[in-house]
Amino acid sequence: MSIKSKFILSAAAVFLGTTAYAGCGLSGGNVSILGNEFAAIQAVAEGAKQCAGDGVTVESNLNKDYRELQVAALTANPAQYTAVTTTNAAIVPLLNSDLIRPLDELIAKHGQHLSKSQMITVDGKVMAVAFMANAQHLFIREDILKAAGVKAPQTYEEVIAAGKAIKDAGLLQYPFATTSKTGWDLAQEFVNMYLGHGGSFFKPGTAEPNVNNETGVAALNTLKELVALSNPDYLTFDSNAVQASWEAGEVAMAHLWGSRGTGILDDEGSTAEIVGNTALIASPTVGGGSTPASTLWWDGFVIASNVSDEDAEASFVAMVNGISPEVVKANNDAAVWLVKGYEPSPASAGVSATATGGTKPYPMIPFMGLMHTALGAELTEFLQGSESAEQALADAEASYVAAAKEKGFLN
Amino acid sequence: MRHKTFFWFILPSLAAMILFIALPLVSVVIQSLHIEHEQVIVTTENCGPFGCTEESSVDTEATAALRAEQPLGRFAGLTTYFDRGHLATAEVAEAWRSRDGLGGFFSALYNLPFYKALAFTLTYTFLVTPLVIVLGLMIALGVNRLTPVLKGPTIFVSLLPMIITPLIGSLILFWMIDAQGVIGKTLQWLFDDPDLSLKASPVLTWITLMVYGVWSSAPFAFVVFYAGLQTVNSDSIEAAMIDGATRWQRIRYVVIPHLTPLVVFISLIQLMDNFRVFEPIVGFSAQANATSLSYIIFADMRSDITRFNSAAATSVLTVIGVAILLSPVLVRTWRDFKGKAA
Repeated sequence: MSIKSKFILSAAAVFLGTTAYAGCGLSGGNVSILGNEFAAIQAVAEGAKQCAGDGVTVESNLNKDYRELQVAALTANPAQYTAVTTTNAAIVPLLNSDLIRPLDELIAKHGQHLSKSQMITVDGKVMAVAFMANAQHLFIREDILKAAGVKAPQTYEEVIAAGKAIKDAGLLQYPFATTSKTGWDLAQEFVNMYLGHGGSFFKPGTAEPNVNNETGVAALNTLKELVALSNPDYLTFDSNAVQASWEAGEVAMAHLWGSRGTGILDDEGSTAEIVGNTALIASPTVGGGSTPASTLWWDGFVIASNVSDEDAEASFVAMVNGISPEVVKANNDAAVWLVKGYEPSPASAGVSATATGGTKPYPMIPFMGLMHTALGAELTEFLQGSESAEQALADAEASYVAAAKEKGFLN
Repeated sequence: MRHKTFFWFILPSLAAMILFIALPLVSVVIQSLHIEHEQVIVTTENCGPFGCTEESSVDTEATAALRAEQPLGRFAGLTTYFDRGHLATAEVAEAWRSRDGLGGFFSALYNLPFYKALAFTLTYTFLVTPLVIVLGLMIALGVNRLTPVLKGPTIFVSLLPMIITPLIGSLILFWMIDAQGVIGKTLQWLFDDPDLSLKASPVLTWITLMVYGVWSSAPFAFVVFYAGLQTVNSDSIEAAMIDGATRWQRIRYVVIPHLTPLVVFISLIQLMDNFRVFEPIVGFSAQANATSLSYIIFADMRSDITRFNSAAATSVLTVIGVAILLSPVLVRTWRDFKGKAA
């Protein structure tokens, strides 16, 4: 093929592409998207923007602080954003305040090809369309584990043993890292560990807390053994910090978000030796449990209630275009997509293995957010050794009760 | 000035103060006296990519009806002020009853979020404020003695900590004091302790935050004192010199008395500012070891479920705290004023 005909062909392809996309068959409408900021969401927003033109506008605000913005932005009438990409935890405040609309009609009209497993239904109504899965799981350095003479750990007890072996062999002083920053991150680690030990956060059928028990103590003790293998600065470690120390080769095992896999396995920010020896495996089980001590998350989009039907329809069509098989194909390695046509990659191995292990999803309960906040604020002192596990859990329960009373969940 | 002229003169700022200070304060007080409606909880079947589960969810229609009836929420009086997240009266009383010596009582008190934050806030305020004043005065006296060529550049460099946005300044220092950072590594080398970490222990975190506080506020005191120094009467200084006063005596008996009103001014501003300490805690990710009243408000507003009522109560308590702190200075100023009028 000559250069000229190649050029004509690609020009034709671009032309066809644009005509096929412009407006996405819509007559008009304004779409504005709020969402978290990482590679996969960026790809979805770019895909949605292909629908711009012919009277349709598509804007996006991708921001890691989207959780703090979403409720206020959607409470306004008309809402500041027409569509939000959210998760099974972040959707709860939106559901609590009735800020998002059921999507059944829009799916019947524009989303016939979406698969059943993508639909997030609450009480029979589809409230969100999921497009990717995420979970925290184990990242390991095969070379260091081999040098210490241990195999890839499958339980947290093995993680702790392996960490001690690596330390004793003088390979690394602080072999383990996880997102243990005081606040949301640390609470998330407790949630993982507590569910892994088989606990449930509330007394059945009520909003009464249920963490100050043997399971809670066991979960906290496991966490304490783990942070003893972490850098003493562990209470300041968020995902960015853990990824950075992984890429610097400072740790041999890390419990970290699957969505970080792509960043860690790419050829930026680290050496070929570290990347080549990094393996992504399932989250470990703990305390003889059978399911990994982690939680499954979906990321999906929702459409605001307080917008006109025209804008809502345009937003839905644009978002569906954003998660089309073409977008997924072009960004295959950016996430564990729940969309047809996704090919599993090394970066997704950990999430897939964790999901197949039967891990529970993060609880989508109205008052779980309050429990999460209370745990994040009250568990630090136990890890620092200034109070007992029972006291820390009692404090967390008391703090939760005060918040739940104020929010009307408890009397 | 005639009363009418004065009224028209002050009207714009008075209107702005009512609009931007008084009304928000009233709104905060009202919010702090309410709590949210009872949430109507139903059990629903929720399905997703990971299967179906029976879970609680909010009956939004029923809750919306309650909300429409009483838009402000349920009136709760002062209950929010006395709950565990704030003054925690019940918990404090219990800690006092079952106390194990005074130390045991204080450690039980320190376990409550409000008192924990108050402990750091007050320590910070009462250590940083005097240090800022002393350091600012020392810099001002030093700069005042420099030759004119050096004065400009020195003043510029001394002002830098104040020019840098607090959040950015603390973030930069946060990275520098990291165990891998330039300050962190130097300290490890100086103290010959490879495990030394400024972020890990509560005591070192407090010291770090306070050093940061002095570093960032000293330029403010310096500028004010430096301006004051330019107004010191040179005749008195010369007279003191003829009487054989040393430099220290001249500072102690001539300069410092002249600057006293400025000390009052700087303490007022610094007490208010330091009581609201916030940015360094976020910048240094220090919330594990040190929280302040402002940080508690921030945490209430930034979680998944925002707690406006709780944040409002903490805000009102902060305002009361500032008022108590400033009262000695204000009473003194009022007495001076009355004395002059009489």
